Amino acid sequence: MISLLWAVVYILLAPVIGGLVAGIDRKVTAHMQGRVGPSIFQPFYDVGKLFEKEGAVVNETQRFYVISYFVFAIFAGALFFAGGNLLLVVFALTLAEVFLVLGAYTANSPYSHIGAERELIQIMAYEPMLLLAAVGMYVATNSFNVSDIAGFPTLLVLLLPGVFLGFVYILTIKLRKSPFDISTSHHAHQEIVKGVMTEFSGPNLGFIEVAHWYEVILMLGFVFLFFAASWILGIIAIIIVYLLELAIDNTNARVKWQLAMKSSWAVALILGAGNIAILYFLGRI
Amino acid sequence: MVYLKKSPWIIHYDASSCNGCDIEILACLTPMYDVERFGIINTGNPKHADIFVVTGTVNEQNKYVIKNIYDQMPDPKVVVAIGICATSGGIFRECYNVAGGIDTTIPVDVYVPGCAALPESIIDGIVKALGILEEKRTAMMSGVPREQPAPAVTGEKPVGVQQ
Repeated sequence: MISLLWAVVYILLAPVIGGLVAGIDRKVTAHMQGRVGPSIFQPFYDVGKLFEKEGAVVNETQRFYVISYFVFAIFAGALFFAGGNLLLVVFALTLAEVFLVLGAYTANSPYSHIGAERELIQIMAYEPMLLLAAVGMYVATNSFNVSDIAGFPTLLVLLLPGVFLGFVYILTIKLRKSPFDISTSHHAHQEIVKGVMTEFSGPNLGFIEVAHWYEVILMLGFVFLFFAASWILGIIAIIIVYLLELAIDNTNARVKWQLAMKSSWAVALILGAGNIAILYFLGRI
Repeated sequence: MVYLKKSPWIIHYDASSCNGCDIEILACLTPMYDVERFGIINTGNPKHADIFVVTGTVNEQNKYVIKNIYDQMPDPKVVVAIGICATSGGIFRECYNVAGGIDTTIPVDVYVPGCAALPESIIDGIVKALGILEEKRTAMMSGVPREQPAPAVTGEKPVGVQQ
């Protein structure tokens, strides 16, 4: 019953908090660049505007894929906050992303196709580390259930420091931040990296934006899980990690997709798998 | 609630401009003027844009490009002609390759003259366009049909467009 309540709270509050996070993000970014920047409610205005626009679609299938992306992004997050199976959360999230890629592929536009391909590369880059984060938590707590992991008495980050660092590394990809914003970016509106969003307009783009907020909150929830034994530490960790991502975003140029891919797999292998292997063998002694 | 005025995304097209006005438009995005304070974002995609900002004169080759970009923008949308070339053709008006200002091709809502137009007057023009954007949205909601096709392409004068 309580777990269902958490899922409902997530579904209702995640867009609000996600939008505010995006607004604070834009404000802090503007200050880092010596600008005043928009109001912190600007993301809500943007999405509100997108829903006021004409619903022009390239084809009807596109709308189905956009709604599917939206629904599965919410499903993944709701499952996470309801204390469900972490592996299922990861897979549902991947399915949501795949719907976004399919939506971009339905349009017969080269920019959209390049964006979709680059989005697939991003999924390939972050997926191993995301799975290893779930596996690492299993090795540490003997359960894939978020409710058990959150109730684990010791700080997971002490057992899984490598996995945590690897997760923060791929978080840059999930939050669409430089240097890994290779399929679409919050800043570069004129470049090819607007890619995957090219063919979405009006309400469709609004749904994608809100789904992205849901994803961001889910990812920040993931960060919290590493510190779940202490609420205060968890919230401090989320704030520090997000500010760190912002600093990285504003001080780094975009890398080529080859480097994004190779480095995230290297990080997943060395930090993620290495940490889990050590933990596993220590557990056997 | 009306959010249209709080989040105008623009697309900028350089129709054979000398780059003077283009640089002034980009100057609006710099920390000096920082139009993102008003939620204005320079998108590179007509499908995301609300305001079509054009600089330079229309010639026989790019009028189809302008028409194409205009048609791809979802309603409601407004067009702002920046600089004297875009408003009337300027000193290039009589050239053999020039069709004239932007209003010979697509309906223009706001004219911002100047050579080059000042960033302050560009921002003024965009803000003026926001009011028209709002009117167009009200018209769209009440079911008024879309604007007439552009004259240069159909050979007719636009209807219901301020000249």
